[in-house]
Amino acid sequence: MSGEKGYVLKEADLLPLSLGAAVLGTGGGGNPYVGRLRAREIMRKGASVRILPLDALPDDAWIGRVGGIGAPVIGIEKISQGEECLRALRAIEEVTGVRMAALIAAEIGGANAMAPIITAGQAGLPVLDGDGMGRAFPEVQMETFSIYGETSLLSALADAKGNVVVFKELADPLTQERFLRSMTVNMGAGAGAAGAPLPMEFVRRTAVPNTVTQAIEIGAAILDARAKRRNVIERVVEKTGGALFFTGKIVDVRRELKGGFTRGHALLEGMDEWNGCEGRIAIQNENLVLWVDGEPKVMVPDLIMNLELETGEPITTEMLRFGQRVAIIGMPAHPLIRSERALQVVGPKAFGYPELSYTPMEYQPAAE
Amino acid sequence: MLRIGIDVGGTNTDAVVMDGERVKAGVKVPTTGDVMSGVVEALRSVLKASGVEPAAVDVVMIGTTHFTNAVVERRNLAPTAAVRLALPATACLPPMVDWPDDLKQAIGNHVYMAKGGNEFDGRPISELDEEELKRIARDIAGKGIRSVAVTSVFSPVSAEVEKRAAAVLSAELPDAHMTLSSDIGRLGLLERENAAIMNACLRDLSRHVVQAFRDAIAEAGIKGRFYLTQNDGTLMEDSFAERFPVLTFASGPTNSMRGAAFLSGLTEAIVVDIGGTTADLGSLKKGFPRQASMVVKVGGVRTNFRMPDVFSMGLGGGSRVVGSGKDIRIGPASVGYRITEEALIFGGSTLTASDIAVAAGKADFGDRSKVAHLAPDLVEAAQRKILEMLDDAIDHARISPEPVPVIVVGGGSILVGDAIGDVPVVKPDHFAVANAVGAAIAQISGEVERVYSLSDISREEALEDARKKAQDAAVAAGASAKSIEIVDMEDVPLAYLPGNATRVRVKAVGELNVG
Repeated sequence: MSGEKGYVLKEADLLPLSLGAAVLGTGGGGNPYVGRLRAREIMRKGASVRILPLDALPDDAWIGRVGGIGAPVIGIEKISQGEECLRALRAIEEVTGVRMAALIAAEIGGANAMAPIITAGQAGLPVLDGDGMGRAFPEVQMETFSIYGETSLLSALADAKGNVVVFKELADPLTQERFLRSMTVNMGAGAGAAGAPLPMEFVRRTAVPNTVTQAIEIGAAILDARAKRRNVIERVVEKTGGALFFTGKIVDVRRELKGGFTRGHALLEGMDEWNGCEGRIAIQNENLVLWVDGEPKVMVPDLIMNLELETGEPITTEMLRFGQRVAIIGMPAHPLIRSERALQVVGPKAFGYPELSYTPMEYQPAAE
Repeated sequence: MLRIGIDVGGTNTDAVVMDGERVKAGVKVPTTGDVMSGVVEALRSVLKASGVEPAAVDVVMIGTTHFTNAVVERRNLAPTAAVRLALPATACLPPMVDWPDDLKQAIGNHVYMAKGGNEFDGRPISELDEEELKRIARDIAGKGIRSVAVTSVFSPVSAEVEKRAAAVLSAELPDAHMTLSSDIGRLGLLERENAAIMNACLRDLSRHVVQAFRDAIAEAGIKGRFYLTQNDGTLMEDSFAERFPVLTFASGPTNSMRGAAFLSGLTEAIVVDIGGTTADLGSLKKGFPRQASMVVKVGGVRTNFRMPDVFSMGLGGGSRVVGSGKDIRIGPASVGYRITEEALIFGGSTLTASDIAVAAGKADFGDRSKVAHLAPDLVEAAQRKILEMLDDAIDHARISPEPVPVIVVGGGSILVGDAIGDVPVVKPDHFAVANAVGAAIAQISGEVERVYSLSDISREEALEDARKKAQDAAVAAGASAKSIEIVDMEDVPLAYLPGNATRVRVKAVGELNVG
């Protein structure tokens, strides 16, 4: 039914996809290494996954959402049994009586870019080229689907041991967030999650489009620049349509824990064009705000991508260390995540910076 | 205190005798295929050069690349069973899933997954099933395998499951070595398991090699204690090293950087260690090598050891020189240890970087008349190219824009004069044997990694508890209690978890307690 649209994902796409997803993760979203290995193993066992553009399926097709939920450090230690997300998806299908026609990533940034691909490979479904964030955010109500009025908060969680919990009714997105988190802790702080089925017509209007392909292209550009010994950072700027906002060396990283989330700052000493300047990045799970000499230059929901200067390797906030030389690239957020409505949920105020009102990053778009 | 430091490299075995802080003598002899005779020769010749009586030596420290090379070259590796305790968790990615095929084949790809493992907070994922483990043990016995690696989820937080499983397996496999992942690595299941499996497959080799070292020391008439150096520049006792050969990985670069810091008296610098085939560059921070923050691969396998952040380039004393003028190329091909047969100065027919150094009058060894015919243009172009390559590499290794000095050590240091570009070069005394000096001055460490729940105790109490445990571990390993310093302390809050769980890692080091 999907006809000739889209393309079949190849094993060779997985490395660029995971690398590009880590770049779009803006410091959060977890390490895609484990997810990439899992996707590779499933493909080697014969699974085939087609990536479909958002116009491929009819309006009344049902779209499923799956993803891992939990602390990134858990994900690298207690690796999944493998079918957690599939079990959560089946539970949603069972209580709604709906069969999914395709899956979509809730979050393209980081490890969760791989989750729908793995589950789609197991279920024999295609994956839509898009996601609910266009980057990584820490909480489920920050998905565009939630922001743009998805009314059902129906959710399912499954753990490695075969426990499956369906949350049939939830009062509001914050309650959903809290209930899912506390059940996830019971499940060992890592679980597979699935959300309510979404009608394709709604997904077409509210998903950030083409982000799977975008991630593959960003990752491929990095790998290509490395192989040809070209300037990796320039290639990433080109591919993201963003701009370079700072290069420098990390001189201090301060972290503290508030309400279950890491908060902190990374301080940078400028290099090259920014020699003598001072940079500061506010980090939660993601990079949230970049200041240069005290002036905010890029702020959430615009993307602040922190890459190792020479290799272009994205650096997650957990991996930030003194002495790293980094390039900080800003990429404008998709209009769907910087509308008035979206800013109430994912703007700087929502992340605890009441003194900042969202100002879109100023830049010269790279020439087409 | 009289100590001997030895560094067994792929090409040369270096040795120094140190009296307290002073280097009394240093020698370089060829590494031999059987390891032992090279070490015997190094010991004999360094004792002679220093005039020290063997019986007066308090302690011998050995750094070796033997185990790294065995993995890289896939030789002398024992068939190994990888037993993981985690089911039903982790089933989708079995042990060795991301290993290069040739290495997996070299140790047999014997993979077992069983019930067991812990959640982050200590609850069991599933209870150990002794019958299941006995079945696995019988299968291992049937295959004649004697090396076993046991890995359980969250074992760095609680090692109990691995210990219990190893006891069950050992009862059925009385002749097998057990490597427990909790004894080796940090959080990160696949990387820690990889290290445990590599350790297990090196256990037969390590028994042989450590015994060879022991015999060599005894044969030299030395009665003092004997240690091997680890990847972080600290020491482990011979019996411990025999059980944990994997901990010697990357000890070579660490030793040469620590030795360079010691010999030069500099604590902030870039170290360039030029050997026969490669030059390794790294940065010193407070006298210790800067650690790599990313995952480090050994022989194509991901590990999460603390390793020095070293940048390697194919330039050494044995590097081949081809072409001329602007198109001149130096390395990465090298004649390696065959330099004493193949280089022009030794009567061979291959033009090497060492020939250039001798022709330019920067070094004087071999037969200088054999390079007298080289065109001055060629010598000039090759020298310029060598400096360009080093200048570029030094720029890569910089961790700050401030000008820091460059320390050049290693046998290939003869390629370099007083400066590289406009950076002055420090060549300390005994530069050629800096790695052996680094081994001789190595310290004793203790490390602890735990997850604390801060709902029960304060962060300060958690850090204090971890500090205490790390100090105790260092003392237990042989450090003098009053010299102990905390060199690394890191607490990473576990994001997304309510209840404020935090992961704390502390490392303490101290001087070796000789008494």
